[in-house]
Amino acid sequence: MKILVAVKRVIDYNVQVRVKEDNTGVVTDNVKMSTNPPDDNAIEEAVKIKEAGKANEVIAVSIGEEKAQETVRKALAVGADRGILVKAEGIIEPLAVSKLLQKIVEKEKPDLVFMGKQAIDDDCNQTGQMLSALLNWPQATFASKIEIKDGKLEVTREIDEGLETIEIATPAIVTCDLRLNEPRYASLPNIMKAKKKPIEQLNASDLGVDTSPRIEQVKVEEPPKRKAGIKVSSVAELVQKLKNEAKVI
Amino acid sequence: MAVLLIAEHNNKELRPFTLNAVTAASQIDSDVHAIIIGQNSGDAAKALSELPLVKKVIHVEAAYYENFVAENFAPVIVKLADNYSHIICSANTFGKNLMPRIAAALDTSQISDIIKVISPDTFLRPIYAGNAFATVKSKDAKKCVTIRPTSFDPCESSGGSAPIEKAEPGEEFANTKFIKREEIKSDRPELGTARVVISGGRGMQSGDNFKLITSIADKLNAAIGASRAAVDAGYISNDHQVGQTGKVVVPDLYIAVGISGAIQHLAGMKESKIIVAINKDGEAPIFSVADYGLEADLFEALPQFLEELNKLNTIQK
Repeated sequence: MKILVAVKRVIDYNVQVRVKEDNTGVVTDNVKMSTNPPDDNAIEEAVKIKEAGKANEVIAVSIGEEKAQETVRKALAVGADRGILVKAEGIIEPLAVSKLLQKIVEKEKPDLVFMGKQAIDDDCNQTGQMLSALLNWPQATFASKIEIKDGKLEVTREIDEGLETIEIATPAIVTCDLRLNEPRYASLPNIMKAKKKPIEQLNASDLGVDTSPRIEQVKVEEPPKRKAGIKVSSVAELVQKLKNEAKVI
Repeated sequence: MAVLLIAEHNNKELRPFTLNAVTAASQIDSDVHAIIIGQNSGDAAKALSELPLVKKVIHVEAAYYENFVAENFAPVIVKLADNYSHIICSANTFGKNLMPRIAAALDTSQISDIIKVISPDTFLRPIYAGNAFATVKSKDAKKCVTIRPTSFDPCESSGGSAPIEKAEPGEEFANTKFIKREEIKSDRPELGTARVVISGGRGMQSGDNFKLITSIADKLNAAIGASRAAVDAGYISNDHQVGQTGKVVVPDLYIAVGISGAIQHLAGMKESKIIVAINKDGEAPIFSVADYGLEADLFEALPQFLEELNKLNTIQK
């Protein structure tokens, strides 16, 4: 079995994001970038399946600027076998990403495609489902548990009401939740080894996909600030404030 | 051209956020049609037809629609899409799972999780866990939009009498099978719509200690929330998680207990009307969004809190 894992380079989840003064976007210069957190879970799950002898190859693919190569390299350092970087500049919307991934899937013919359920930059939560639609494959979104049984996957999904279990036949798409597993750290020897693993580089334009945005980003602004609150010195004072000042209890 | 709203329901009744989504749909165009796909869902379809803002209900039934599998739902909506300028649904797990499948089939770039309708093609949406608000304008002819339900008021739920039209089901998608759903039943208000929410974080130290929160929730008729750290640690189940990848809540009162206030948690609660933070670390980021901060050990503060509430003559429900 072959597993393709899509990974995205995003502003690190610990960074306090700032809006640019000209309202064209957020500040990315000199800001720490990392792998989108649930994409780390996706890589981890694929590597675990390979380690359990149920897959023979894990391929990491990223779409984005040249530097997204670092994100692919990180996936290689935690166990992916080889990488693909599809170079593209500017905002690549989930629809365009899913079309590019469709081209990669047609070429690589994986049995499974894994990715994070949502990217923490645009918070769209679309790509996996869109790719599933384009390929007409089953989708298991928000996965917190995956079991492989005779060419089928039993996937537990986190939904608003609790948990749901579905069975999907391969080939299939799984989008991963943060609770799926505990992503490992890359060891120094594995980081060194990853430098020798191959990364194929392609240009989005070579794949015949029109990636021009369909959504115009008119402006990006700071959200309204909350007015500063106060510290109370005791529980009794807190309850009095809630009752008599805020009038919420 | 009319807009098509996808109703979320449990086959017996509408899920509450359908009413918020109808409000959002009506702000795009007053001609709102609503589609309900399910099995033995006649009562829910009738409830939908009684929403005064809904002009027509399209009702589609088949056994394989009972469990809301997106692979079965999407083609039904795609088939009807020619008649509509917009397709709209709530951005909860139902809509998040379904809408991109529809958008891709229609070759439309979806706009997720809007918090405001600026015009029929322009919307406001949070990005970066709500640390920035983007105004976005769709250039697609047909628009697929998911709405953040807590940013729109629920619509009137009675007095309407829209016609209910039956539509033909699509084919069953053979490669996805529903197995089971484990819903956590509770007598408490739903987290997404509760007037008061009290949430615990890693500071609770164990699932057992959530009892302290439960007793206050009972007193305030509050829903119980949690930070991701508390869910990851197994203190409480995932349906309680508030934050960027959990639920977004905007109660009148949000009480954060033993929650440090990571960006990802703030994304899910910082629009609440009044925020209370109880934390022993005075430097915790949660205090930066709190209207009332109490720097205290929660294991002392929570029993005192309950005691003070017991002293009150009346408590709002």
